[in-house]
Amino acid sequence: MNATRLFLGDRLGADRTPSPDDDAPRRKPRRAGKSPWRSPLAVTGLAIIGVFLIAAVFASLISPEDPLAQKWPKYQSPSGDHWFGTDQLGRDILSRVIHGTRISLPLALLLVVLAMVIGTVLGAVAGYFGGWIDMVVMRCADLVLAFPAIILAMAVVAALGPNLTNAVLAVVIVSWPTYARVVRGLVLTLRQSDFVQADRLLGASGWRVLAVDLRPNLAGPVAVLAALDLGNAVLLLSGLSFLGLGAQPPAAEWGAMVNAGSANFDAWWVAVFPGAAILLSVLAFNFLGDTLRDALDPRTARAIRK
Amino acid sequence: MSTSSADPTARPGTPRAAASPKGGAAPGPRAARGSHPFARFVLVRLSIGLLLCVGITVLAFVLTHSVPGDPVAANLGDRAQNDPAAVAAFKEKNGLNDSLPSQYFTYLGNLLHGDMGTSQQTHRPVWDDLADKVPASVELALFAIVLALVIGVGLGIVAAVTRNGWPDRVIRVVSLAGVSMPVFWLAQVAFYVFSFKLGWIQAGGRLSPGAIPPDEITGLYTLDSLLVGDTGTFGEAFSRMILPACVLAAFNIGVLTRFTRAAVLEALGNDYVRAARAKGLPESTVIRRHVLRPALTSILTVAGLTFGGMLAGTVLVENVLSWPGLGQYAYKSALNLDLPSIMGVCLFVAVVYVVINLLVDLLYGVIDPRIRLS
Amino acid sequence: MTPKVTEMNENPASTPDTSTREKSTPGAEPVLAIRDLVVELPGPDGSPLRAIDGVDLTVGRGEIVGLAGESGSGKTMTALALLGLLPQGGTAAGQMLVEGDDVLKMTPRQVRDLRGNRVAMVFQDPMTSLHPMLSVGKQLTEHLRHHKKLDKRAANARAVELLATVRIPDPERALGRYPHQFSGGMRQRIAIAIALACDPALLLADEPTTALDVTVQAGILRLLDRLRRENGLSVLIITHDLGVMSALADRVSVMYAGRIVESGPRADVLREPRHPYTRGLLDALPHPDGGNAALVPIVGSPPKLGQAPSGCAFHPRCPHAVAGCAEERPNLLALTPTHAGACPIDPLAVTASKVGTP
Repeated sequence: MNATRLFLGDRLGADRTPSPDDDAPRRKPRRAGKSPWRSPLAVTGLAIIGVFLIAAVFASLISPEDPLAQKWPKYQSPSGDHWFGTDQLGRDILSRVIHGTRISLPLALLLVVLAMVIGTVLGAVAGYFGGWIDMVVMRCADLVLAFPAIILAMAVVAALGPNLTNAVLAVVIVSWPTYARVVRGLVLTLRQSDFVQADRLLGASGWRVLAVDLRPNLAGPVAVLAALDLGNAVLLLSGLSFLGLGAQPPAAEWGAMVNAGSANFDAWWVAVFPGAAILLSVLAFNFLGDTLRDALDPRTARAIRK
Repeated sequence: MSTSSADPTARPGTPRAAASPKGGAAPGPRAARGSHPFARFVLVRLSIGLLLCVGITVLAFVLTHSVPGDPVAANLGDRAQNDPAAVAAFKEKNGLNDSLPSQYFTYLGNLLHGDMGTSQQTHRPVWDDLADKVPASVELALFAIVLALVIGVGLGIVAAVTRNGWPDRVIRVVSLAGVSMPVFWLAQVAFYVFSFKLGWIQAGGRLSPGAIPPDEITGLYTLDSLLVGDTGTFGEAFSRMILPACVLAAFNIGVLTRFTRAAVLEALGNDYVRAARAKGLPESTVIRRHVLRPALTSILTVAGLTFGGMLAGTVLVENVLSWPGLGQYAYKSALNLDLPSIMGVCLFVAVVYVVINLLVDLLYGVIDPRIRLS
Repeated sequence: MTPKVTEMNENPASTPDTSTREKSTPGAEPVLAIRDLVVELPGPDGSPLRAIDGVDLTVGRGEIVGLAGESGSGKTMTALALLGLLPQGGTAAGQMLVEGDDVLKMTPRQVRDLRGNRVAMVFQDPMTSLHPMLSVGKQLTEHLRHHKKLDKRAANARAVELLATVRIPDPERALGRYPHQFSGGMRQRIAIAIALACDPALLLADEPTTALDVTVQAGILRLLDRLRRENGLSVLIITHDLGVMSALADRVSVMYAGRIVESGPRADVLREPRHPYTRGLLDALPHPDGGNAALVPIVGSPPKLGQAPSGCAFHPRCPHAVAGCAEERPNLLALTPTHAGACPIDPLAVTASKVGTP
């Protein structure tokens, strides 16, 4: 994230003073000079993420009960003893929601990093070297993108066997093409830029150009994309678990917990609290990602939006 | 998402082969210019789509055949699994003994004849299963997309026009909440509140239990009941669709709002908008004629994608609200490792995606004369 | 630059006799009279920054007035203020009289009825200022129908006439075509036709030739000149290109950092510039009469919005600056009845230094 901050900082530090002449009316006036990290949305997002991270790290300390212990009456509505009530097996839902952070957040992070690395490398290579590599990589990406994520992920999990590892793998498989496509587009543009041409003329190898010239320029957009993708990852993963294709009982996973709630609509608290946890965490990631995207230059932001 | 570089919203900075009026624009070349390139554009898109379809069948096939999930274990009972004869018969019947490529070609050949195999779960042809399930999901998705388009595009325009004002800020948070919504959870909460507690809307199933569906014409209950003039059934089918459609639309409203806002803002920044204002046209005309039209091309792309997303979303929504459609079927098939059914669903959804993209590309041509004529 | 200037000079039609030109102005009420215009734009922190600081400008009937200066000097902002199209948050004060009516006192509705109707504008880049998805006919007639309440048939007839005026071949068919089917020069002709549609009293031309090929520029300039001669059109032409000025303008005003630093008849300003900035602009041009004289650039760059130096804003870049220049802001003073400059340094001394550096 440090790299991102530097990158975005550079961009924002650039002259944003509206020129009084030809250019000014055309450009959108920006909330210039302000760091995206300070906008209310980003602060809210960071705060929520912070709370969830603390909950994940200190889950055992914070949570009032053992998330797996079935020692209370079933379907108890929220009360002083159990703030979020108890579920169909008499487990404390608050403790389960808190422990759920330990599944959803690290896995989301892990799979976004995997998708990011795979997608970025493939996209950069495709964009930079072109030719048949480009053909193959981009056709594969098109192919994956032709399937709605959840259906393809479902098929993958169904094929590999329903468990959390395979669910993560499935989400990685459906997530990398977005990165590949954006990075390829950026690389194609950057390739033509003067500083890359200059480095090439000086005899730099293709890999050197990729690693030295292009990497810093890709870092910002890719980081923003990843921030936005974290939310999607949480959604997809919990969706798969909700369908019974991800985390298996008795794991305290939010999606699976929501599913448990669909068995008994009277006990609304069984589904509501874990679902709210999903919503909040995804919202936090999206607040952050969306704000960061606004800080990118419009053209790159547009590429990411697609 | 358009798959090639033909970005219809690209800035018109590089006029390709702009007609030279000085050289006396002969009528002949113009006619040729008018029809040919667009036909070629359509042809290219069509072949890309076809190629994608072939790729889709390969991918779906490889995914479901070369992986450790064991259809034998999944489809035969414990006793039958231990009976070699039963296993052999099952494998023989489903062609599981052939090499993978030949299994694929057999599958592809059958596919071309409309034979997608037999569902190992329902023991019916997959084609028939799909024919049963697809209309329910399509009806739901169509209703939801109309909802999402009207609300999403509307909110996006309002947000763009009031950029950085309070409506924009409110809409931003609302739309972000939309894209952050776990639909399977929203479905439950909405059902609990509006149906279970308040009793405002009937939900769960397409009609009340025991009701007789209208004679099948299109398979869309609302349309069919209207066609036969059965307003009672129409009201029932329509009201039961409201809740699932709203839930399904929620996520996409968020997406469409964000995207429309960006597209309209981008269009607003164009020189020709300033030129239109300099002509003294009323602001509403400027927005409608000069801003929305170019924004429409990018909105269309997302709308096309959205329909695919809607069909996918049915997987999560239909299970909660007992909507007997494709989503429920896909889910049950996946749980049972029912290979032909999964492939059928994948294939259907992906082909829909390809077809919609093609339609969107054609619409670009209608909207944008640069694609149609140059 | 050179070829264009010479080409223009070679064409007698394009450079009508100067003496007849200057006669046409006096007497009648000017089409445009700007007095003490002040424009402020919101800065990054929201506080207003002064983009235009007390500008006076008049355009007489049938007159072409040039407004020159580097980008960022406030030329375009002047035009946008006149049309009520300042960027969000921008404010204008002073007087802007169009045929005697003060634009700054009008309601937004009235300003809109003025735009495109009594005052029309041609923008710099015809590639981006024409709508790519609307037919030429639509773009030519939409404001015509709005302002003049013409029906479709009458508007189309007028559009054909306009396209013929700006010499678009085959005007009837051009109506159904789209901007991308025309070349850059043709598009700018179309843009001019659009501006002329409602028969405006004043045409604002913002760098109308800058985005065009040099060979096409001359044609556009000739067109503007012809329209002025034949239709009595008044034009405020905004450009950084003194070549365009010398070809077209009757009078020239030079802007720097939001103020007018010199104004006068074209010949006076361009042949005997009284302000070091005007001099600098001229020295930075290749001379049409050839010679290998080195081009002299103006050192430094114009101040950013809101950061104009104290005193004379040009003093940090001025080769003749003396100590007092940083303290007192010089006002525009009449040097002759028609020629004014905002530099206290003895014009003769400046001229001498010019002679000294051939």
